Amino acid sequence: MSVQRVIGLETEYGVLAPAMPGANATMLSAQVINAYAASIRAGYGHLAGTRWDYTDESPLNDARGFTQPRTEAHPTQLTDIEPELDAEQVALDGGDTPVGSTLYDQENAGQEVLMNMVLGNGARLYVDHAHPEYSSPETTNPFDAVLYDQAGDHVALSAARTIEATNGFVPVHLYKNNTDNKSVSYGAHENYLMPRHVPFDSIAAHLIPFFVTRQIICASGRVGRGMLGQWEGFQISQRADFFEAQVGLETTIRRPIVNTRDEPHAHWEKYRRLHVIIGDANLGQISTLLRTGTTSLVLSMIEAGTAPHIELRDPVADLQTISHDPTLKVKVELTDRRLLTGLEIQRIYLDAAVEHCAKTGADDAQTQEILRRWDQTLSTLGTDIFAAAKTVDWVAKYKLMSGYADRHGIGFTDPRIALMDLQWADIRPEKGLYYRLAERGMMETLYTPEQIAHAAITPPEDTRAYFRGRVLSQYPEHVVAASWDSVSFSVPGARKLERIATLEPLRGTKKLVGELFDADLSIADFISTLKR
Amino acid sequence: MTQESFSARRTEAEVEQEQVTETVKANTQDAGVDDLLDEIDGVLEQNAEEFVRGFVQKGGQ
Repeated sequence: MSVQRVIGLETEYGVLAPAMPGANATMLSAQVINAYAASIRAGYGHLAGTRWDYTDESPLNDARGFTQPRTEAHPTQLTDIEPELDAEQVALDGGDTPVGSTLYDQENAGQEVLMNMVLGNGARLYVDHAHPEYSSPETTNPFDAVLYDQAGDHVALSAARTIEATNGFVPVHLYKNNTDNKSVSYGAHENYLMPRHVPFDSIAAHLIPFFVTRQIICASGRVGRGMLGQWEGFQISQRADFFEAQVGLETTIRRPIVNTRDEPHAHWEKYRRLHVIIGDANLGQISTLLRTGTTSLVLSMIEAGTAPHIELRDPVADLQTISHDPTLKVKVELTDRRLLTGLEIQRIYLDAAVEHCAKTGADDAQTQEILRRWDQTLSTLGTDIFAAAKTVDWVAKYKLMSGYADRHGIGFTDPRIALMDLQWADIRPEKGLYYRLAERGMMETLYTPEQIAHAAITPPEDTRAYFRGRVLSQYPEHVVAASWDSVSFSVPGARKLERIATLEPLRGTKKLVGELFDADLSIADFISTLKR
Repeated sequence: MTQESFSARRTEAEVEQEQVTETVKANTQDAGVDDLLDEIDGVLEQNAEEFVRGFVQKGGQ
């Protein structure tokens, strides 16, 4: 047992053009994708936009063993069809202001707007509903997951800067948060690869109490309570108030604590991709590390059958009760009638993880660091909450807001506090309050801006993302489509496309195909060698 | 979830919130935060109320 596991993180960014109130969000999101394509083109001289291959997408498969009929699905669940952006859609959006031409139109008149890109680091950058989304490449551990999540923010920022610098376009602001405080929430999903043989009932039962309480070590904080922010007060989590069910397939309505989407993007009979939708997007690197690291450890315990047995009496209500209490003192009731705080429940999971790691000899440095940080964070939060401000995003935000409120003699209902909540998540270093704090050394980091910029263009070396990223960098003109589990090539002289399946997330690594890339073969020789 | 149950819990949490505000005041002071508080009004967008009201998003996952 260790924290090693295939992990990928998704970020849906909030998108706003302040100079164009009411601008169509899908259009703005498409601008972001096309602007990034333009910046890549400017640097490398080729188009990095690649059609997404939807062949293996199955968003209506339920991990509990059935498939939801398409006719009963909410339209937003149909993520396996290419979104189209045309006059009709703009018209359907009623009061929205059309944004005008896109960067892509400007440079390639007559061609379609890019809605999807596969990046040289193996990530996917695309328009998801009404938000630009970055889905990180597959990584093998929480530390790399943090790096490639941060790389997404770098990509998004590059796109926003390109838009800002382009004549005829108004600046587009991007926010790494999860709600507009006006009823809408958008996610920061986590994906963890698991063996399929682990019973889903067991996964859900053990994860629910963990997810209900995990927020205290890694959520991002929010001003306002209720989906509409209609009640005042600071709360721990961005997402908590938007959850209404314990287990379910949906991600946009009736959101469940444990999501059952069964779309492994890998060999179906071997793997499950646990799709976690409950987390907050984090600017902070340590919060992201703890979010993914502790979850990875709990999944390992579930797989080994050593996860603690805790059952909450009312998990959905408890999720919100805990989020609404930044003193961390509130207790929730277990089905065995015990009353415990979120810290106490987290401590039970940590103790079990420590014991399990000791028994299984998991003494690798990464696992030990996650255990140490988990312990330290719970201890600090239990004694002096604000002392955790350097590593826990909601605490850092709360402390900054409290200082501002004190200084100006205002309460948390003041619009300036609401603005701080929003601007905390502005991804521009000169405007984002997280970045303003980090620049002063007030947020602990794992990676430098240079390392993050490098990760935005370089794939991880130890997953199939290496193959995906490198073919896009080395053979961009021949890659006609890509997905998590395939890449399709057009080979000169060949009558049909060559589709290379990548159903094993831990193949396609540098170790396995690095030399083949370095040989710099023609695309035909490259493909024929691959297939051998 | 009904609005009633939500409000009831909020009241409970609000009481606790008052308690934390007490303990919080003593230790929000530190150099980095103070330094940022000095410049923050120049960093924040103009017209807070209007800016926040204008941040309207469409549905997401």
